[in-house]
Amino acid sequence: MPLITYRKALNDALAEELTRDDNVVVMGEEVAEYNGAYKVTEGLWARFGDRRVVDTPISEAGFIGMGIGASMLGVRPVIELMFWSFAYVAFDQIVNNAGCIRYMSGGLINCPIVIRGPANGGTNVGATHSHTPENFLANVPGLKVVCPATAYDAKGLLKSAIRDNDPVMFMENTLLYGEQWEVPEEEYLIPLGSADVKRAGSDVTLIAHGRAVITCLQAAEHLEEEHNIKAEVVDLRSIRPLDEETILQSVRKTHRAVVVEENKPFCGIASQIAALLGEKAFDDLDAPVQRLSSLDAPAIYSPPLEKIQLPTPQKVVQKVLSIC
Amino acid sequence: MQTSSYADAEINRSLSAEQKIHFLKEMYRIRRFEQVALKAYNLGKMGGFLHLYTGQEAVAVGTISLTGPNDHIITAYRDHGHALAVGMSMEECMAELFGKATGCSKGKGGSMHFFAPSRNYWGGHGIVAGQTPLGLGLAYGLKYKGLKGSALCYLGDGAVNQGVYHESLNLAALQQLPVIYIIENNGYSMGTSLSRSSSFKESLAARAEGYNIAWDEVDGEDLYEIRAKTQIAIDRAHQESLPTVLEIQTYRYYGHSVADANAKKYRTPEEIERYKTEHDPLLIWSRHLIAEGVLTEEEATRFDKEAKAEADHSAQFAQESPFPSEAEIFSDVYYEVDHQTESGRRGRHFFND
Repeated sequence: MPLITYRKALNDALAEELTRDDNVVVMGEEVAEYNGAYKVTEGLWARFGDRRVVDTPISEAGFIGMGIGASMLGVRPVIELMFWSFAYVAFDQIVNNAGCIRYMSGGLINCPIVIRGPANGGTNVGATHSHTPENFLANVPGLKVVCPATAYDAKGLLKSAIRDNDPVMFMENTLLYGEQWEVPEEEYLIPLGSADVKRAGSDVTLIAHGRAVITCLQAAEHLEEEHNIKAEVVDLRSIRPLDEETILQSVRKTHRAVVVEENKPFCGIASQIAALLGEKAFDDLDAPVQRLSSLDAPAIYSPPLEKIQLPTPQKVVQKVLSIC
Repeated sequence: MQTSSYADAEINRSLSAEQKIHFLKEMYRIRRFEQVALKAYNLGKMGGFLHLYTGQEAVAVGTISLTGPNDHIITAYRDHGHALAVGMSMEECMAELFGKATGCSKGKGGSMHFFAPSRNYWGGHGIVAGQTPLGLGLAYGLKYKGLKGSALCYLGDGAVNQGVYHESLNLAALQQLPVIYIIENNGYSMGTSLSRSSSFKESLAARAEGYNIAWDEVDGEDLYEIRAKTQIAIDRAHQESLPTVLEIQTYRYYGHSVADANAKKYRTPEEIERYKTEHDPLLIWSRHLIAEGVLTEEEATRFDKEAKAEADHSAQFAQESPFPSEAEIFSDVYYEVDHQTESGRRGRHFFND
């Protein structure tokens, strides 16, 4: 199987869906002539032209609202945010329009849009460019939220997101764009709402999404080598809909859980998973559920400090050792 | 009385007596619907807000009378007039106000959120200016699909200072989209008068100049003028795929909403009375028709009575309709769940229990 980058996997998914369905339009800042701020859309404009790959001005509320309006008439916009942090100027469009219009119209309307881009810290760009809004947006009934951790998942999930008839918030990570994974050449889809056991284990379950999955896999390696602890790593992949069964199955087997995220701790994704385990796996647990989130302050600029603001494999190991 | 210099505009010359009378009937229907809705509101039949369109009827009726199969309509929260003008029934609208399952949005949207996509009517939007980029998107969709059409996007004078409206104007001009922004200038953004809320040189519409967009000002009490000037914008959209901003001067007789406690404090009762007696679009239109010999006083009274009866019936229909069932809370959230597709069946979508 060829090794390709997370970036290329996204690019391939976009190209395949643009080819498959004439209603798919890629739009956003610098996506066309500039080839993408992070080169995710590289070559698409040259291949598909002005009608299908559209540059927009720096005007997130305007072009996200425009994409939502167009989706009501059957266009399927895939809107790139240069950073998910920029979505905050388009919160009304995302939450009130994309999130609520189906409900408020009694089911007469649906919005088949994807909003995608990187949502991560760890790149020394300060707090305004480092937000992780998966918890905010998963809090909105009507929206779906997806956070792929590998190239394989990124491609299969993006293709499903584009074909989905509900609005999907698709959150990537700039630190993963250049990483490589095996991705098959033949077409495949990964459905939303299905988690993936990235590493099997029997002693503790590490539950994560996005880049925190990679952190957990590194921690699991260390735990096995240094402490003979076999950690199972469950990658949520999709935050909403959420695959609770895979989480519960794993924890019922290992009896211990650490939830790891690059999100902030207050009402974060880990809080939701911890509540789930408290409600549905209480009798299976041999230790309190542990959470490891980004340290609870705005993303700090100073490079060495930002490194330790995010979950690290060492911190995951410490959390695991505190309950194993 | 004054005659309208726009009665001779091409789009108005071709009007039949029947069509002219239809416009009057439509305006009576909106006025009576709002009156009955207000009465029901005061009787505690509905919750929330109620933004009445009374006084502005000629704007919705005049502009929407020009729309064809590829012309789409979207507006803000003062949306009852446009809903009736596109052909939605009083029953479905009144039932929505009552929160009933027979409402146009099954009782899930309420007063500010009426929709009828089958009639090209896309709401009904509660956040000031929130509809402006959506209207742009409708125009984008039309152009993308190669259809000759337009999107009529209504907004109030209070919406023109929201950033997203300006973003929409910029995008409309940049991408040459057939959207028509119709500012219904009723003089007050809630309790703040135009002069206290907006800085402008000639008019609110003239701000379009900065975006290189065509614009015009319209007298909203003259249905002939509304039609004549809106048709120019529609032609521009259809023929050239270009946007327009129209500012239509109008007036609302009631407060911003029924909950507007200061409705008669930020303007004088004399001002309201003057509009009702001298500038009322229904009175003015009926006088035109009488002068033209296509309507009698008796007929006008009869049409008004018919509208009142229809509105009363709609309130009775709403009253007798059932509320949505509790299970309805979880439908119409996700398309895929509603249709029980493979995507809709996988994973958990709702998080109660």
